[in-house]
Amino acid sequence: MSFDVAKVRKDFPIFERTIRDGKKLVYLDSGATSQKPLSVIDAESNFYKFNNAAVHRGAHQLAEEATDAYEGARLKVANFLGAKEDEIVFTKSATESLNLIAYAMGNAEPGSRFALTSKNRIVVTEMEHHANLIPWQQLAARTGASLSWFEVTPEGRLDLSTIDSVITEGTKVVALTHQSNVLGTINPLEAIVARAHEVGAVVVLDACQSVPHMPVDVTKLGVDFLAFSGHKAVGPTGVGVLWSSLLNELPPFLYGGSMIETVTMTSATWAPAPRKFEAGVPNMAQAVGLGAAIDYLAGIGMQTIHDHEIELTGYLLNKLLAVPDLKVVGPTNTQSRGGSVSFTVGDIHPHDLGQFLDSQGVAVRTGHHCAWPLTRKLGVPATTRASLYLYNDESDCDALFDAILGAQKYFA
Amino acid sequence: MELDSLYQEVILDHYKHPLNKGLSATYGAQVHHVNPSCGDEITLNLTVDKGTITSITWDGVGCSISQASVSILTDLLIGKSLDQAQVIADSFMHLMQSKGTEKGDESLLEDAVALAGVSQYPARIKCALLGWMAFKDASVQALAKQA
Repeated sequence: MSFDVAKVRKDFPIFERTIRDGKKLVYLDSGATSQKPLSVIDAESNFYKFNNAAVHRGAHQLAEEATDAYEGARLKVANFLGAKEDEIVFTKSATESLNLIAYAMGNAEPGSRFALTSKNRIVVTEMEHHANLIPWQQLAARTGASLSWFEVTPEGRLDLSTIDSVITEGTKVVALTHQSNVLGTINPLEAIVARAHEVGAVVVLDACQSVPHMPVDVTKLGVDFLAFSGHKAVGPTGVGVLWSSLLNELPPFLYGGSMIETVTMTSATWAPAPRKFEAGVPNMAQAVGLGAAIDYLAGIGMQTIHDHEIELTGYLLNKLLAVPDLKVVGPTNTQSRGGSVSFTVGDIHPHDLGQFLDSQGVAVRTGHHCAWPLTRKLGVPATTRASLYLYNDESDCDALFDAILGAQKYFA
Repeated sequence: MELDSLYQEVILDHYKHPLNKGLSATYGAQVHHVNPSCGDEITLNLTVDKGTITSITWDGVGCSISQASVSILTDLLIGKSLDQAQVIADSFMHLMQSKGTEKGDESLLEDAVALAGVSQYPARIKCALLGWMAFKDASVQALAKQA
């Protein structure tokens, strides 16, 4: 295999440090946030050092350079997703992207495509992250619309057998995750998108766990909105992306400077998208950093990264399934699944397991992973999650395996 | 091993053999607390008679630290006056905020000093405090009922 993990790791300064008294850092928490290559850290820092000025304002050279850098990052994101530049909105996070859609829909003129009433329905799934559940719960509460959802099977897949009774006439939104942050399940979109569009609903895709890990082309997915966060894609914190081809039809969410066309003392009109959704001086350095992150990922190739992760996920699953009393929560093969692997180990509480793993230098996430209804449905109070990325290799999986066996001895 | 300062033998003993676990049928006050960061939950029943704690029972799910901490709490506080319990609870909460600089007053906290190591692990302090916050809440409710 041409992919050289050792070479990749050299791009990430954090792997030069050690953990808990000299142990190698085994970072298996990229599902929460990824580590950053030096090129991203430099891009963000260089913006402040050399180009910092408020974008889209100012009659000076720095303002021009800052605007070029910021808009250049937008073009990179657009190209990365197979989208058009004016379909890309920078937000502070994927959470804000999803809230933006829900709030903007709540601002829609009565009778318009996005307006909801008590006759309408919002559809989600049981495997949603809180960020793609609560904004819709709240929109339903504000508008009187009903909330329905696809259930999750014991194998950790969406139960689509009920599709026609879940996505009904009158459904206005179907919001779901591309890849579960807990189960690793990659959801099939084709049938859901087809049924949603059949009844005139828009499809909102939470792509936080997919865009950083696999090739994503919005023109092929068929969805109407897509959100992802920069910091999970080797980019900086504080920047998220919202993509949509329907931005011009959607009313604004945040009002203020930059997002207007004209303003009087009593009224205002809006700039065209994406500016309409970027009120205030934006997170310029972070957007520029995200541009560098996308250059980094694209330089390696998303298919290459995906292939590496799938191969490694198979290796990790085989390792974990060999541990006595360990139960994988989610698909146990690499069919339509990514590199987030949640599990329980006998009676050892995930918090205790995570603490022991940490003492061995192994960083994992424990808890309900911001998907409480899902863990409740699966009948586990909490799980331990190992999530893989391009800088992980088999030695990381081996270290996790050894540390789990160590924890079993420790807590026996 | 550094981890042993966190997982003292007495903690693991309480975790494996928790005291006063299983809710009493009757109680003066009942509270339910959760730790939203990890999903740990506890229900705690408290009965106070003439200012003295006559019963604390509980049920819940959680890590060894949270479960051992509430087990130790019940053992420590049953039979004490609410005023004494308040002094003990305040002392324990102070210990948890000490970032590993204090060992705790063993004459006051007894087995609970075994949890001193938790104060070095910021993410786990909430685990140790889950039962204590529930107790505080329950004692306020019990007092309000008496008044």
